[in-house]
This record gives sequence, structure tokens and C-alpha cells, in this order.
Amino acid sequence: MDRIPILRMGEFLLVTIQVDMHDKLATALQDDVCQRIAGTTTRGVLIDISALDTVDSYIARVMGNIALMSRILDAETVLVGMRPAVAITLVEMGVALPGIRTALNAERGMVLLSAAMERGADASGEQ
Amino acid sequence: MAAEVKTKIPEVLDKHEAGILADWMKEQVAATTVRPDLLKEGELRAQSGRFLELLREASRGENITDIQGANWAPLREMLGELSRSRAIQGFTSSETATFVFSFKQPLFTRLRQSHDNLDGLAEDLWRATALLDKLGLYTTEVFMKSREDIIGRQAKEMFEQSSPVVELWQGILGLPIIGTLDSKRTQLVMETLLERIAQTQAEIAIIDITGVPTVDTETVQNILKTVNATRLMGAECIISGLRPQIAQTMVHLGVNLGGVTTKSTMAGALAVAFKQRSLAVKPVSSPGGNA
Repeated sequence: MDRIPILRMGEFLLVTIQVDMHDKLATALQDDVCQRIAGTTTRGVLIDISALDTVDSYIARVMGNIALMSRILDAETVLVGMRPAVAITLVEMGVALPGIRTALNAERGMVLLSAAMERGADASGEQ
Repeated sequence: MAAEVKTKIPEVLDKHEAGILADWMKEQVAATTVRPDLLKEGELRAQSGRFLELLREASRGENITDIQGANWAPLREMLGELSRSRAIQGFTSSETATFVFSFKQPLFTRLRQSHDNLDGLAEDLWRATALLDKLGLYTTEVFMKSREDIIGRQAKEMFEQSSPVVELWQGILGLPIIGTLDSKRTQLVMETLLERIAQTQAEIAIIDITGVPTVDTETVQNILKTVNATRLMGAECIISGLRPQIAQTMVHLGVNLGGVTTKSTMAGALAVAFKQRSLAVKPVSSPGGNA
């Protein structure tokens, strides 16, 4: 079965989705990301969906779940590059993905993750 | 029913065309509904002549009172064109319809002169009335349609121009909303805003609702939708221009704007945006200033 590649860069995981998502692919991605976070010292996950034309409610929920799961595993998730049409559709469907961070592009997403990590480091340093 | 009396209308039109036109012109010019400010007499004469000519041609056909027939098509077209141009010129609907109805008087006069039989005259008068009424109504219909088209076009133009997205600063977009925010407007506002965010990669969008007259639950829902969609794309929204009445209404309605930053003025929102982007506005020290 096809799998979406997960790249590791230091303490970050990069997931760029280039193919149309279907349900099985999404659940497989969810498993893979969790496994990779748990097995390594990952502090941040960046998911790039700029190539996706359509995101249905199930895929959106899986994305939300990945964010929640990775938070439990002590990693921040940021979703980057959502297209305007996709954003409108999700809002119209009532899917607001409240727990997930978003950024306009991968670069800004990385800045956001780095900032979140620094805050985390500060907090642990104060203790 | 007795055998149909043969109509003399085509014959009368043929024989007295010039006379009828002269009478008709006289009547139209004397009428109170004539608008010399909008239409010159020469133009009116040309239109009347053309109408009479087409009417003569069409009345030679089989059914004289059925204006939907193919032989009436040129006349319908001519009247349609006339109505449209008069609607644009600013005539009222009755002024336009009078063009057709005023034709009754000269036609009836000639019909009376050419009939010696009373039954035939009554029959023909009835036919002419029915025919001209239909043509008059058709004219009014086209007139109304043209007016509606004009109104529709203006509404569309206003709608399209009502939601501009402006770049206030690099990475900061401003979206002044003027007018009621219904779901159709929201759709347009949302689309234009998100497209611009994707295009400019701006991180902050300021939605200014100073020009929104009333805010109800639906409006708040619509604003929230826009805010959420913006957030999903990775940008942030600040809402400005909340008037005291609107704040009160929102609290009374029990709606809240969640975690959205709200400011009472556009300037306040811009200050927040600058702060988030680590920008500052400073006064320039004048060269000859107080040292």
C-alpha cells in the first residue's frame, strides 16, 4: 500500500502530502507519525497540504487527531499551505480544527515550530 | 355566430398611411405625455413612421389580433427596441405605452370613415382595440424588463465593488466591509480575502465592520466563518470598528467572538498588527528640533 513519506530533520518531522488523500492513507499516516514521534526525540511535526485540492471532513479530522496525539507525545503540529477553497469548504462544513496550529507556508511553519520549542525550553529551564 | 366580417384594417392602413401618420403625429405632439426634452420630434416621426409601416405589413397576415405570430415578429422587435431605448432615456412606463395607445384615435377615425356598415365597423373597432392593447402591453412588458435589467446590473456592480481587500502594510491586509453582511456577501468577502492571503502571503487580516449597519447572530456567524477560514490558512484576523451598540447587541444575543482580537478602531487594530510583526511607528526627529 502507498504511504506518505515522513522526513526527519533534526527534531522535526516533515510530511508533505503530494497525492490525493483517501481514508486509508490518512489513517496510515496517523499511525506512522505517532510511531515516529514516539521512537525519536521529535518536538515538532509540519504537515504541508499545499498540493491538496480537496480535504474532506474525515481527512480534516485525522489531521486534528494527529495534532492532538502528537501533543500528548510532546510534539507540536503545524498544518501549512491550506488553499482558500479548502479553507472555505471546511468552514462551511463546520470543521474548524480548533486544536491545530496553522501557517501560510512551510517556512513560516518552521518559524512557528522553532518559537514553540524555544518557549518549551524556557519553561523547562525555569523549573 | 355570423360569418366573420372581413376586416378593413389592412386596407385602411394601406390607403391612408400618410394621413394617419400626420394625424397621429399631431396628436402625439399635443399630448401631455410627450417629452421634447428627451426625444426630438424628428426622431418621434421616424419611429411612428416605422411603426405604421411594420403594422401595415403585419396586418396583411391571417390572424390580425395574434401578435405572437411570425408575421408580427418585426413589429415586436421594433417595439422592444423602442421600449428599451426609452427605458434608458428615462421615460416613464405610461409615457412609453402611450406611444402605442395614442395610435387608436387616428386609426379609429379612418375606420369610421371607410365603413358604411355598422356591424363591420364595430367588429373592426374591436379588433383594432384588442390589437393595440396587446401591443401596448407588450411595450410595457419590455419596458419593465429593461428597467429590471438596469437595476440588476447596477446591483451587481455595487456588489462586486463593495468588498475591496487593501494591503495596509507588507503582510497586513485590510478589509473594510460596507453594508449588510448576509451569507452571499460573506461568501464573496471570504473568497476575496482568502485569495489575497494566498497571493500576498499576508499573515494578518483586519476586518473593519464600521460600515455594517446592524449586527445580528447571522452576521456574527458569518464573521466567525471568515475568521476561522483565515485561521485554517495560517493567517490571523483582527476585527475592528465595533461600535458600542454592536457590542451591546452581541452580549444581549449571547454570541461571542471566541478568541478573536477585537478593536474599536482600525488604527487600534493596525497597532496590534504592527506589534505582532515587530514593527513600530516612530516620530521622525526634526533636524532643527529642540536640542
